Amino acid sequence: MYFYAAPKSTPAPTSLDEVDPELLAMYDKLGIPLKEREILAGVERPNVAVDAVMDSVSVVTTFREELAKVGIIFCSISEAIREHAELVQKYLGSVVPVTDNYYATLNSAVFTDGSFVYIPKGVRCPMELSTYFRINEKKTGQFERTLIIAEDDSYVSYLEGCTAPMRDESQLHAAVVELVALENAEIKYSTVQNWYPGDKDGKGGIYNFVTKRGDCRGDNSKISWTQVETGSAITWKYPSCILRGDNSRGEFYSIAISNGYQQVDSGTKMIHLGKNTSSRIIAKGIAAGFSDNTYRGQVSAHAKAKGARNFTQCDSLLIGDKCGAHTVPYIESRNATAVFEHEATTSKISDDQMFYCQQRGLDGEAAVALIVNGFVRDVLQHLPMEFMVESQKLIAISLEGSVG
Amino acid sequence: MANPILEIRNLHARIEDREILKGVNLSIPAGELHAVMGRNGSGKSTLSYVLAGKDDYEITEGEVLLDGVDLLAMEPDERAAAGLFLAFQYPIEIPGVSTMTFLKAAMNAQRKSRGEGELSTPDFMRAVKEAGATLNIDASMLKRPLNVGFSGGEKKRAEVLQMALLAPKMCILDETDSGLDIDALQVVAKGVNGLRTAQRSMLVITHYQRLLNHIVPDVVHVFSDGRIVESGDKSLALQLEAKGYADFDSEPA
Ligand SMILES: Nc1ncnc2c1ncn2[C@@H]1O[C@H](COP(=O)(O)OP(=O)(O)OP(=O)(O)O)[C@@H](O)[C@H]1O
Ligand SMILES: [Mg+2]
Repeated sequence: MYFYAAPKSTPAPTSLDEVDPELLAMYDKLGIPLKEREILAGVERPNVAVDAVMDSVSVVTTFREELAKVGIIFCSISEAIREHAELVQKYLGSVVPVTDNYYATLNSAVFTDGSFVYIPKGVRCPMELSTYFRINEKKTGQFERTLIIAEDDSYVSYLEGCTAPMRDESQLHAAVVELVALENAEIKYSTVQNWYPGDKDGKGGIYNFVTKRGDCRGDNSKISWTQVETGSAITWKYPSCILRGDNSRGEFYSIAISNGYQQVDSGTKMIHLGKNTSSRIIAKGIAAGFSDNTYRGQVSAHAKAKGARNFTQCDSLLIGDKCGAHTVPYIESRNATAVFEHEATTSKISDDQMFYCQQRGLDGEAAVALIVNGFVRDVLQHLPMEFMVESQKLIAISLEGSVG
Repeated sequence: MANPILEIRNLHARIEDREILKGVNLSIPAGELHAVMGRNGSGKSTLSYVLAGKDDYEITEGEVLLDGVDLLAMEPDERAAAGLFLAFQYPIEIPGVSTMTFLKAAMNAQRKSRGEGELSTPDFMRAVKEAGATLNIDASMLKRPLNVGFSGGEKKRAEVLQMALLAPKMCILDETDSGLDIDALQVVAKGVNGLRTAQRSMLVITHYQRLLNHIVPDVVHVFSDGRIVESGDKSLALQLEAKGYADFDSEPA
């Protein structure tokens, strides 16, 4: 396996016209071509800036000038290392240390590119920032690295989308994402992941081992993770929040769908360190086919985390009887004033619901898609508008073949 | 002569080892409304499920034609697109799916399978608003997840709303009057009467003659032990109300 394979020879395109049509076709299939985003975004001007990372080399960066006017830096991490060394030095590896875990270490050793975002004090980022990751070279691993820093009183919403064309062999994706929110800052990080899951017999597909962690370093800061995970053969992913600042808040909203022979093991960690910190977890797992879908979550309160609060809700939905759903919560409280609530449900799509929908004219697949979209509604609502529409379609696509 | 909209011939159906429909014969010409009355457990809902294609039942004998086409060969969604609608005795909850979203999905699914294009949002909104007004269904109810936490009466009104929007040629209403208060009964009756046309037929299952004062049937059938044992005009319903079903219990064969 090659750790790093840059897209061959072609110079970086200077405009979207020069981008691989396959990448654009992928946007199209998902119903969010850049053009449509522009339309969605409003009449006057588009409000999504895109940094597309293909095989870990940033190929398109748009809207940078406009962002620069308010002091926002949005660029590839390789450029940030050259141009903004002091920021990178101060923050890179400060949330996810090099020695954190095997895949984070691997990433730290070989990471090739990724995105860098810096929001200065008091600035509300005027547009959604977006990165599209895509794996297309054969036998490559993708090791991108993302670092987002929100200074005091700032706000940013960041969207990450992932796609990969079909390949027989398995590929590794071992990304690291670090978020730092300082006083009163808020970071909203949304992911829609549909890496290639392998074929119907479980051959090929992406191994998605990602380390994502946010540090609510300042008082009253907030970090919110929202994810829609439908792809990859194997996913291990636990976007986490370290609630260090007093009154800081962490959120995790997740939809994880597994079909075929996919294995998803995902969840979050909410580490309450500061006083009156709060966290909220809503995880919706949908398992179909022969897949396994596990929610694994940890909520812990440090001795100093007076008044820490957590609410966790994990709902699993099973389609068919050859798949499995599991919930593995770890709860740890070293402070008597902490209040943690955990609710979990497991259900199946009932024959009565299917029949009712079919009686109204929906075929089996459309009925499943509708019922599943209803099941995940609480989470979908936390996605930015343009991702919501895309996600609904993606959910329908990824459950194709799950009934019948 | 034109086909009857619904033609049921000697229909037998069983669930596991138990025969529930034991030779149903029924023909409903276009534009007619037939009422079916019968004891609890006599098989009325089973008949409606079998017609709609619920797969718990095994059909052992007989045939059913919808406007001349073999109904039993079709999937449930194909039957719906062909114009068969069932207002459920116990409407099913669809959590997280707003009534509005559900209506749109159903209408577009049927249009698609008939080869028609998607309904535009303004046309859809107009149709829903209009049909909703007749049934006293307001915007807030349309935003709620379908049937979740709906009162008994709201569920039944939502069923009739779907019927109005899907414009079927054959409507089966299974106890759509049960659980309705006096005012709601009038509202629903008005809604149903508004949908009666020369092309559309209806089969109304009910326990109460009261409903038939508002929705006047062309024919009344008495259902007993899995088959129709008596048919007559609307006075038959009055007779049942007065004397009960004892006269119609099927004699031992
Ligand atoms: N899934 C099932 N398994 C076993 N028996 C069933 C099943 N479904 C229905 N039955 C039986 O079939 C018979 C007919 O039921 P059905 O619901 O059709 O009656 P009905 O005439 O609609 O009664 P009601 O007036 O109470 O609604 C009943 O005895 C019922 O218990
Ligand atoms: Mg019944």
